[in-house]
Amino acid sequence: MRRLLIVIPYVWLLALFIVPFLIVFKISLSDTAIAIPPYTPTLDVSAGFGAIRDFFLELDWENYIWLTEDDLYWKAYLSSLKIALISTFLTLLVGYPIAYGMARAPEEWRAMLFMLVILPFWTSFLIRVYSWMGILSQEGYLNQFLLSIGVISEPLVILNTNIAVYIGIVYTYLPFMILPIYAALEKLDISLLEAAEDLGCSRFSAFWLITVPLSKQGIIAGSFLVFIPTIGEFVIPSLLGGSRTLMIGKVLWEEFFSNRDWPVASAVAVVLLLILIIPIVLFQRNEQKQREAGK
Amino acid sequence: MALDAFAPWEDPTAKPLIQFQNVTKRFGDFTAIDTLNIDIFEREFFALLGPSGCGKTTMMRMLAGFETPTEGSILLAGQDIAPVPPNKRAVNMMFQSYALFPHLSIWENIAFGLRRDRLPKDQIAARVEEMLRLTRLEKFASRKPHQISGGQRQRVALARSLAKAPKLLLLDEPLGALDKKLRQETQFELMDIQEKTGTTFVIVTHDQEEAMTVASRVAVMDHGQIIQVATPDVIYEAPNSTYVADFIGEVNLITGKADPKGDALHMHWAEAQPAIVGAPLEGAQAGQELHYAIRPEKVSISAEKPTDAANAVQGKVLDIAYLGNISTYHVELAGGQIIKAQAANSRRISRRAFTWEDDVWLSWTATAGVFLER
Ligand SMILES: Nc1ncnc2c1ncn2[C@@H]1O[C@H](COP(=O)(O)OP(=O)(O)OP(=O)(O)O)[C@@H](O)[C@H]1O
Ligand SMILES: [Mg+2]
Repeated sequence: MRRLLIVIPYVWLLALFIVPFLIVFKISLSDTAIAIPPYTPTLDVSAGFGAIRDFFLELDWENYIWLTEDDLYWKAYLSSLKIALISTFLTLLVGYPIAYGMARAPEEWRAMLFMLVILPFWTSFLIRVYSWMGILSQEGYLNQFLLSIGVISEPLVILNTNIAVYIGIVYTYLPFMILPIYAALEKLDISLLEAAEDLGCSRFSAFWLITVPLSKQGIIAGSFLVFIPTIGEFVIPSLLGGSRTLMIGKVLWEEFFSNRDWPVASAVAVVLLLILIIPIVLFQRNEQKQREAGK
Repeated sequence: MALDAFAPWEDPTAKPLIQFQNVTKRFGDFTAIDTLNIDIFEREFFALLGPSGCGKTTMMRMLAGFETPTEGSILLAGQDIAPVPPNKRAVNMMFQSYALFPHLSIWENIAFGLRRDRLPKDQIAARVEEMLRLTRLEKFASRKPHQISGGQRQRVALARSLAKAPKLLLLDEPLGALDKKLRQETQFELMDIQEKTGTTFVIVTHDQEEAMTVASRVAVMDHGQIIQVATPDVIYEAPNSTYVADFIGEVNLITGKADPKGDALHMHWAEAQPAIVGAPLEGAQAGQELHYAIRPEKVSISAEKPTDAANAVQGKVLDIAYLGNISTYHVELAGGQIIKAQAANSRRISRRAFTWEDDVWLSWTATAGVFLER
């Protein structure tokens, strides 16, 4: 029985991660072809041992070498990293005060505030991103509002710029930042802040010396939860970003569906995954630490 | 006498360090502190005693600045402290829950307040080492609070509040988690610190022995009110109410009717028993209901009726509580009243003079107990 319990997650991992990964990895080592599926070679196990050997001989690292030759790719990776870093930081900046406010709100309000934070998940992500187009476009609500109160005389160009991408990412991933920070702040014992003040801290320095360090785990968890999916984000940059918004998710999409170059697209995906392994491992380690500290 | 020298509360010209003036604190419609007035003087060791929930911590929190009085005002050295925020008060508090910073080591916890004062590094280090030595925590300096025992945590909290050597130190049950020996040693350390630094201490304790040992004065509280403030010996020997008498130490309480006779006061309390004779109580009217309080150690026990005692009653030993150095005899009188008497165990237990069911005489002098109106 115990063995079964251990086996289940491994089976899960094998079926939903390792096997698909191996398939993608195999495609990334193939060449494009005008065929269905659009790459060669394909593995035909029934054709005997010689065919399988030929299949392996035909695989090569060509596509990975290609990724290093065309500077589009590493620029896209770097740009994604940059956008992910900046939007994680912005999400933290917006999310922390919200989480703080929630944790300090009267107990009877908290459940409702919690609901409000996760409420957006009840509508489709796509619809929510589309509605941002309606808000941010030149004839959108935001510009109409700003024009009507006279703050601006010309409509602002926000949609199809990186600013719109940041807005979209911060909006979409905010709950992932708020919830872990809220969880950390809610546990914080108020008497610690009183003790700090008693020992001569101002409210402000008590915040930096006590509240922030004690919510560190929440900040780290939230940041990874935003950073990791943002790197590969595709929908937000393609709907809200402009043609100059370069993100690896978009490149990936174009390789797959516009160029129909599955092998290169797969190579892009594999490299993306390798890049993501680092923050994922760091995230895991943070979670582990938190669990140990909680004991 | 050196002991009598420190009694500023008896000096009408002395200026109190802390004054509570008609302070009331309400949480919602619950009154935690009820029109409280006290003066606490500089260099005092002021002990707050009272049952759980009577408002001791609330009083301290008002002094430290975490609660503001709903009514009335608190003066520190003559100044109303209401507008002064906690970090600007020369007051440190040791929290009942310790409130140690979990992300900092013991060393950093103790240094926390000193660092806020921007003292030079070597001065901070020296002070922290001193505090660690005082509380015997040298070995644990680099540990985090969750890596030490409850008693050790309590000592860290104490060290942290002592480190800044404040004018006024508020200790909310500072020694409760320590074993008896360490507690006594720390008590003496506290008294020593107080002697050296002239700090004024307000200390909450549930341990009346501790209050007796360290306090210059003791305040007994109940339901947000102060019932009596006095020196430990007065609290013990001359409580102003049955509540105080009962709260501090063991006591026999007898209720009866007053009968003033010349310069003595008699109290009739049972048909078949002689009246209790004691020192007069001012304003006691004949027939008025009175209480008589007498400590068990003031009641002597004997086999024969003593000839010269002002009060003597006969009874039967119901129970004996052996406490090592002393024994408490529970003696039932003819009317059913039980009186406790204590006797020193100067002999081995097997050779003690009285045992269960023995008929004995209890006696005490006219000044041994006190009459109380409430
Ligand atoms: N923030 C608060 N809100 C509502 N009621 C409170 C609050 N703080 C204290 N009280 C109430 O005020 C009363 C006095 O509390 P306090 O903490 O001063 O008691 P205490 O004398 O220190 O008790 P203990 O010996 O158990 O520590 C209690 O009945 C408590 O429930
Ligand atoms: Mg308390």
